[in-house]
Amino acid sequence: MSVTPQNASRPDNREPARFTTALLDWHPWLPPLEESELTEVHYDGLVDRARAKSPYFMLLARDPQVLGARTRSDRDIFYNTDGGLPRRERELAATAVSRFNGCIYCASVHARFSERQGGSSEALAVLLATGSLPVDATEAWLLVAEVARQISETPVGFSDVHVRVLRQAGFNDAEILDLINASSFFNWANRLMLSLGYPTLPVEKQD
Amino acid sequence: MTEGFSFESDPPQDLIDSVVGIGAGSWLDTLRRGRSVLRDNAQQSAALLLHPERDEGFSRTERLAVASFVAGLHGEQDIYRLYLNLLERSGDGDALPAAIRQFVRDGRTRGPYGAYPQGTLSTEDLNGLVFDVSAAEIGTRLSAALKHAHLLVYHPRDASAGALEALQETGWSETAIVTLSQLVSFLTFQVRIIHGLTVLRHAGPAVGQGLPESTS
Repeated sequence: MSVTPQNASRPDNREPARFTTALLDWHPWLPPLEESELTEVHYDGLVDRARAKSPYFMLLARDPQVLGARTRSDRDIFYNTDGGLPRRERELAATAVSRFNGCIYCASVHARFSERQGGSSEALAVLLATGSLPVDATEAWLLVAEVARQISETPVGFSDVHVRVLRQAGFNDAEILDLINASSFFNWANRLMLSLGYPTLPVEKQD
Repeated sequence: MTEGFSFESDPPQDLIDSVVGIGAGSWLDTLRRGRSVLRDNAQQSAALLLHPERDEGFSRTERLAVASFVAGLHGEQDIYRLYLNLLERSGDGDALPAAIRQFVRDGRTRGPYGAYPQGTLSTEDLNGLVFDVSAAEIGTRLSAALKHAHLLVYHPRDASAGALEALQETGWSETAIVTLSQLVSFLTFQVRIIHGLTVLRHAGPAVGQGLPESTS
């Protein structure tokens, strides 16, 4: 049995009890690979060699080819700035999906990313605290967060009405596709993060 | 349209295009190819997870059974039929596809739900179906995988170390658990991409953004 008892019982009790933009740690419930076990196939899967320091990516590296395809998908959705939705809105969608699915770790990372790309820190803080953007958020932001949520329902709630409303608000089809891609991708990411380990607050934030 | 899909066809087929009905050169094809790295890697993910060259202790039939179940739980009929069809053709007889159909009928609900760590967020806790998959017809190993898939699809915030222990107790290795988790999580992405593109296909291109789609 490799699910370690200290992980299973979480005696440190530093698991965050609310959504936050704090820099969290994440701990796997299964043993990640050791750096000494990595071959070129694994580095190819990690894409970025610095990810060998991340327990999350080192756990996913147990299936390196699948990790590689996942990472390249992630990068094209969130970092390809050839047209489409501004990055702060793609990160807003990631945050809204993570908030809706309940991934405290993912929401913290992507709220910070959206802020760094020029997203409103006040609006993001309200989204994290309440699950909804403030009513005075921009129309574009309200729509992005609402559509991200509809895409994340099971069964999926996204419909032609959303396409019509997005187009009326000035979104073009490349932007709508980026919104679908970013929101769908976080349904993948949230489930891995939520089911393979757990987050903790950094030690200095302990109360 | 979906009956013809195969991971082994030559020239290779794109699974998402095949299910949504996106013809080469159509406006949606052009739109998708604006993110061609994603398009290629969504296909590669599907091939690696559902039709791997080496199965690494997680057989193609088991993978297709999980995929059929996940697609069926989402109520996405076209991709559900495609995976059931591939499962039927994988040559293990009719009993497994029939069992999956029954599990889908019994397991369908609305998500996401689940509980947060105890504290401020507990007011947002939502109760929902915790689905127990009978091992009578499919064995303890596959039933544990389907039970885990139901958890991930509908209430991932209830996930726990104990859920992974339950998989290990039925013979799932650490690496196979990672692959199973990737498979189910990837499928929740793939069904949403298929759903979104299907909505766009029916909506047609925005006026002034290109030519209407030809009859494909």
